[in-house]
Amino acid sequence: MANRQQKQVKQQGQSGQSGQTKKPSKETTKNYEQYVKQFTPKPKYFLNSIKAFVVGGLICSCALYIQNMLMDKGLNEKDAGAYVTVILICLAQLLTGIGVFDSLGKFAGAGVIVPITGFANSMVAPAIEYKKEGLVLGVGAKLFSIAGPVLVCGITTAAIVGMIAYFIK
Amino acid sequence: MKNKLGKQSFQFPFRPRIIGSCSIVGEKEGKGPMAKWFDLILEDDTFGEKTWEKAESKMLKQAILIALQKSGHEKENIDTMLSGDLINQLMSSSFMARDLSIPYLGIYGACSTMTESMILGSMMIDGGYASNILIGASSHYCTAERQFRMPLEHGNQRPPSAQWTSTAAGGMVLSSDDKGDSAVTQGQQVKEIYITHATPGKIIDTGITDSNQMGPAMVPAAVDTIVRHLTDTGRSPDYYDIILTGDLGLIGKEIAIDLLNGAGLNVANVYDDCGAMMYDKKQDTHSGGSGCGCSASIFCGYVYREMRAGKIKNALLVSTGALLSTISSQQGESIPGIAHAVAVTTERGN
Repeated sequence: MANRQQKQVKQQGQSGQSGQTKKPSKETTKNYEQYVKQFTPKPKYFLNSIKAFVVGGLICSCALYIQNMLMDKGLNEKDAGAYVTVILICLAQLLTGIGVFDSLGKFAGAGVIVPITGFANSMVAPAIEYKKEGLVLGVGAKLFSIAGPVLVCGITTAAIVGMIAYFIK
Repeated sequence: MKNKLGKQSFQFPFRPRIIGSCSIVGEKEGKGPMAKWFDLILEDDTFGEKTWEKAESKMLKQAILIALQKSGHEKENIDTMLSGDLINQLMSSSFMARDLSIPYLGIYGACSTMTESMILGSMMIDGGYASNILIGASSHYCTAERQFRMPLEHGNQRPPSAQWTSTAAGGMVLSSDDKGDSAVTQGQQVKEIYITHATPGKIIDTGITDSNQMGPAMVPAAVDTIVRHLTDTGRSPDYYDIILTGDLGLIGKEIAIDLLNGAGLNVANVYDDCGAMMYDKKQDTHSGGSGCGCSASIFCGYVYREMRAGKIKNALLVSTGALLSTISSQQGESIPGIAHAVAVTTERGN
C-alpha cells in the first residue's frame, strides 16, 4: 500500500508540474549556458598567461640566484635549496600578512600560486581570517582548509604513482 | 481571496506607506556612482568593530535606527521588525534585533530579502496585524567572502562573471498611517510612497552550478516574476518609470533585457539593475554588485529619494536571490534562483 502511494506521488511529481520549476535536464542547462556565454566576457587568457609567465619566472630566477649565492658561500645544493624554500615561504607569508599578496595573486595568477609562495599564502590567509574564532577551533581547524585538500590529493597521487613505479621496475 | 490578482500577485487595498528609509554602504560602494544617494558611507568597513559580522550587524542596526528616526516614530510604536542577511542563521539580523527589543521575524531570501520583507510587511499592515513595521536587509563583502568563498587575503583570481558582494544595508519603516498625498519632511514638501502590489516569485533553476555565475542563474527567475507581475496586474512595462532588478549584475542585466525582449516586452527605457548600478567599471568588481544590501541600499537610497522628490512616480522593485548554500554548492547542486516584485507608487489612486 505504502509502496503504491509512493509511486503515485512520484508520478504526480513527474507529470503534475511544469518542467520549468524543477531542476532542468542537462540539455536545457547546456543550452542556457551556451546562451549565457555570448554575454559573458572571456578571461584574457593570453595576457594572463604572459603575466603569470613573467612573474612566475622572476620568482624562480630570484630563487635560483639566491640558491647560487648560498652555494658560493659554501652550502651544498640540498641545504641551499631548503634555505631558498624557507625564504620564499617567509616572503609570501609576510606579503600575505601586510595584505599585498592578494593583489599580487590577482595580477599574476598562477605565477605566484603555483610556486611554493601560493602554498604559504593558502596557509596564512585562513590563519588571519579565522583568528577571530579562536586559536584552536579557529586557526587550528581552518589552517589547512585550502591547502589540506591539495596536500591529501597530492600525497595520495604520489603514493599511487610510487607504487605503480615500484611494480613496473 | 479578494486581494489576490491573477496567478501569483497580491494587491494591497489599504496601501501601506513607506515613511522612513535609510541606506548605509561601505567604503568601496561609497566611491561608486551611487554615492550621493546613500545616507551614510563607512570610512572603514570594520565600522570600529572587532569582527566583520559585528560590523555588518552594527551597520544594519544603524540603518534601521536612522530609518526609524526619519519616520518620526519611536521604537515603542513599532509592532514588528522583519530583517534578513546572508550569514548563517541570520547572525547579523538576530544580533541587531537583540539590541532593539522589538518583536522580530528573521527572513532569509538570499539577495531577495528586501522585497521579501517588503511583501510580508505590507501584508501584515494590510491585513490589520500591525500599524508600523520596520524592515531591513544587509550584506557585507568580508562576511560573505569568508562564508561562501575564500579568506580575504588569499591570492585567487576572480572570473569576469563574478560579482562583488556589496557592503551595504537598508532599513525602511512601513506604516498604515494615512496623512494624504504629500507630507513635509525636514521642511521640504515631499511625496508619499505607497506599496500597491506584490508578486512573490517561483524558484527557477537553470541548472547552473558555478557560484561565479549567480547573475545568469537568477535571470530566468527575475524575468518570470516580471512577466507574471505584468500579466497579473494587466500593466505594460511603460506603466513604470523604473523597473529595477536586484543584483543580476552587468552580465545578468544584458541577459534579462534580451529575455524580456524575447517575451515581447520592450523595457530598454525603464529597466536597470542595482548590481550593475552600484559600482563604476574602474572599481574592478567584474560583473557588478550582489548581496541583500545591494538592492536594499539602492531602494532605500536612490529610489526612495527620487520618489519622495516626485521624479519617479511608479517603480517596480524586483530583488533577486540565488538560494544556494555552501553545502549545496559543494554537493554539486545547481543554483535555485528567485525573484520577488513589489510595486510602489507616489500616486494616491483610489
